[in-house]
Amino acid sequence: MDFDFLTYLFFGGLTRGSIYALIALGYTMVYGIVELINFAHGEIYMIGAFTGLIISSVLTMLGLPILAIVVLSALTAIIYSCAYGYTMEKIAYKPLRDSNAPRLSALISAIGMSLFLQNYVLLAQTSDFLPFPNFIPDFEFWEPYAHILTSPELVILITTVIVMICLTILIKFTKIGKAMRATSQDKVMAVLMGVNINRVISITFIVGSATAAIGGILIACHIGQINFYMGFTAGIKAFVAAVLGGIGSIPGAVLGSFVLGLTESFFAGYFSSDYEDVFAFLFLVLILIFRPSGILGRAETKKV
Amino acid sequence: MKKTGKLFSFITFLFALFFLYGISFAIDAKTDTIKLGVAGAHSGDLASYGIPTIHAAKLVIDKINAKGGILGKKVELLVEDDVCKPEVAGNTATKLISDGASVVVGHICSGATKAALGFYKEAGVIAMSPSATNPDLTLSGNYPNFFRTIAHDAVQAQLQVQFAIENLNVKKVAVLHDKGDYGKGAAVLAKKYFIQKGVEVVLFEGVTPGAVDYSAIVTKVRHKNPDLVVWGGYHPEASKIVTLMRKKRIKTFFMGADGIKDNSFIKVTGKYAEGVYATGPRDVSKNSLNILAKKEHQKAYGSDPGTFFYAGYAATLALLNGIEKAGSTNYDAIVKALRTEYVETPLGKIRFDKNGDATGIGFSVYKVENNVFLEQKIKK
Repeated sequence: MDFDFLTYLFFGGLTRGSIYALIALGYTMVYGIVELINFAHGEIYMIGAFTGLIISSVLTMLGLPILAIVVLSALTAIIYSCAYGYTMEKIAYKPLRDSNAPRLSALISAIGMSLFLQNYVLLAQTSDFLPFPNFIPDFEFWEPYAHILTSPELVILITTVIVMICLTILIKFTKIGKAMRATSQDKVMAVLMGVNINRVISITFIVGSATAAIGGILIACHIGQINFYMGFTAGIKAFVAAVLGGIGSIPGAVLGSFVLGLTESFFAGYFSSDYEDVFAFLFLVLILIFRPSGILGRAETKKV
Repeated sequence: MKKTGKLFSFITFLFALFFLYGISFAIDAKTDTIKLGVAGAHSGDLASYGIPTIHAAKLVIDKINAKGGILGKKVELLVEDDVCKPEVAGNTATKLISDGASVVVGHICSGATKAALGFYKEAGVIAMSPSATNPDLTLSGNYPNFFRTIAHDAVQAQLQVQFAIENLNVKKVAVLHDKGDYGKGAAVLAKKYFIQKGVEVVLFEGVTPGAVDYSAIVTKVRHKNPDLVVWGGYHPEASKIVTLMRKKRIKTFFMGADGIKDNSFIKVTGKYAEGVYATGPRDVSKNSLNILAKKEHQKAYGSDPGTFFYAGYAATLALLNGIEKAGSTNYDAIVKALRTEYVETPLGKIRFDKNGDATGIGFSVYKVENNVFLEQKIKK
C-alpha cells in the first residue's frame, strides 16, 4: 500500500515536472541565446491554447474527422504563437537591443508585454473559464495503467522528452544552432563572422514560441479548461524550474522541472498541500545557496 | 522656450479637464434621488456570480421608478466592480460611498464583502449581500450594517453532513478547500459537523487556486480512500480536481457548496460533472414573484437568469422596502425596518433577525444529472 502511494506520488510529480518542463524549455532557450528573461512566454503558451480551442471549435462545426481537427488546430496554434513570438520580439525587445538599453529595461518591457497580452485576451475573448476539448483519447492499451498516469499525462511526458532532444540537436548539430551559440557567446564577434544575429534571435523566439504552443495545447487537454490567466502561474513556476536547473541550459530546464515537480508532489503527499509552494520555494533557495547558477548551470566568469 | 510653452498649455488643459470633471460630480450629488449601489464581481473569473445581481437590481429599480419611485424620489443605480478581490473591494466601497449610495446590494464573495464592510459601517451605509455565506459576517456581531438574503455556511455545512450520512451513507470523508475566506470557512464547518456526527475525517487540506496540476492531492485522496470528497471553494478548482479524479478512475462521491452550484461548473467540467453533489439555495421556482422575476429577466435579457439573481432581486426589494417603511434614508430607521417588516420576495416572505440573516431562507442538495443540477430529497 505504502509503496503504491510512493509510486503514485512519483508519477504525479513526474507529470507535473513535465508540464513545467514544456514551458521552461522555451524560457531557457531564449535566455540562453539572448540573455533575456521573456516573461511573456507564459502568455504565448496561453495564446497557443486559445488558438487551439478556437480553431478546433470551428473545425468541429465543419464536421471534420477528429484526427484532422487535432492536427490542423495544433498546427494553426503553433503558427499563430510563432507569429506572436516573432512580432513580440520585433516590437518589445529589438528596439531596446538596438539602442543598447540596460538589461533591466528589457525585463520591464517583457513584463509589460505579458500584462498587455493577458489583458488583450481578456478583452478580446472572455474572462470565463472555457472547457477545452480532450484531443487525446484514452488509449485502450494504456487502460491498465490509466489510474497511475492518464493518457494525456503520458503524451505530455513523451512530448517533453522529444522536444528536449529536438532542441538539443537543433542547437548542437545544425548550422543555425551554431549561429545561435555564436550569438550567445559574443554578439559583436558573431556579426563580424557574418552571422545575421537579428535573424538568429528571431528564429530563437519562433522556436521558443512553438514549444510554448505545444505545451499550451497538451496541458489544456490535461486540465480540461483554459482562461486568460493560465499563463501567469504556469509561467512563474516554469521560470523557477528553469532557474533551478540552470537557466540557459536545455537539459537543465528539464531536470529542474522534474526536481521541482517531484519535490512538490512528495511534500504534498507526505506532509500537506497547504504548504506545498512554501516548501518548493524553500527548496529552491537551498539549492541556489549551494549552486548559485542552478543544478546544471555554468558559473560564468565576467570579464571586467 | 517653445517647448515649455507647449508643455504649459498642455498642463493647463489637463487641469481644466479635471476641473470640469469635479463640477459635473458636484451637480450629480445635488440631484434628489435615492442611490442604491451594486457591488460584486462583474468581471474576472467569478463574473457569472456578480452580473445576475446587476440585472436583478436594474429590473426592480426600473419597475419601482415606473411607478414613481419611493418616498417621491427616483431610485438611482450605481454599479461598481470588485473583481471578487478583498484588496479591490475597499476601493469599490469608498467609490460607492463618495457617490452617495445609502444602501448597497453586495458584495458577492465573502472575502471581498468582509473587506468592504468596515468602510460601509463607518459611513453608515447598509450592505445586503445576495451571496456572501461566511458565517462570521453576521454571527460575529461586528457588522450591524450587514444583512444577507442567503443562508450562511453553517446551515449549508449541516445540510451537507446530514445528506452525506443519510443518503450517501458515508463513513470516511476527505475535506479539501482553496484556503480562501469562503472555501476554508465552509470546509472548517463541514469538518466540525462531520466529527460531531461521528464520521471520520481522513483528510483535511488546502490547495493552491490556479495551480497547473492537482495530481498530488488527488493521489492523496486515493491513498486515504474516503467515501466522499467535500470541497470548500469555487468552481474552477473544483472542476480541475473532479476531472483529474475521474480521469484517474477514482469514483469517490464529490460534494461542493453553492460555490460550485453554477452552470459554468457543468459547462467547464462536461461529462465529468455527472453525479457531483452541490448544496445551493432552495428551489423556489413555484413562488409567484419568482416566476414574474424570471419572466422580466427573459424579456429584458433574452435568457434565463444566472446564479444569485433571485437573491439579488430579493435584496434589492428588501432594501427599497426598508427605505420606504423607514420613511427616509436614515441608517437607524432602515435597520429597524429591515428587522421588523416582512417583505414579499422571489425567495418567499422574509424578514431579518438581529444578526442580519434572513429568516425563511434555506438550502437544498443538488446532483448533476444529464448536465443539470437536480434537487435531491433527504432520506429520513
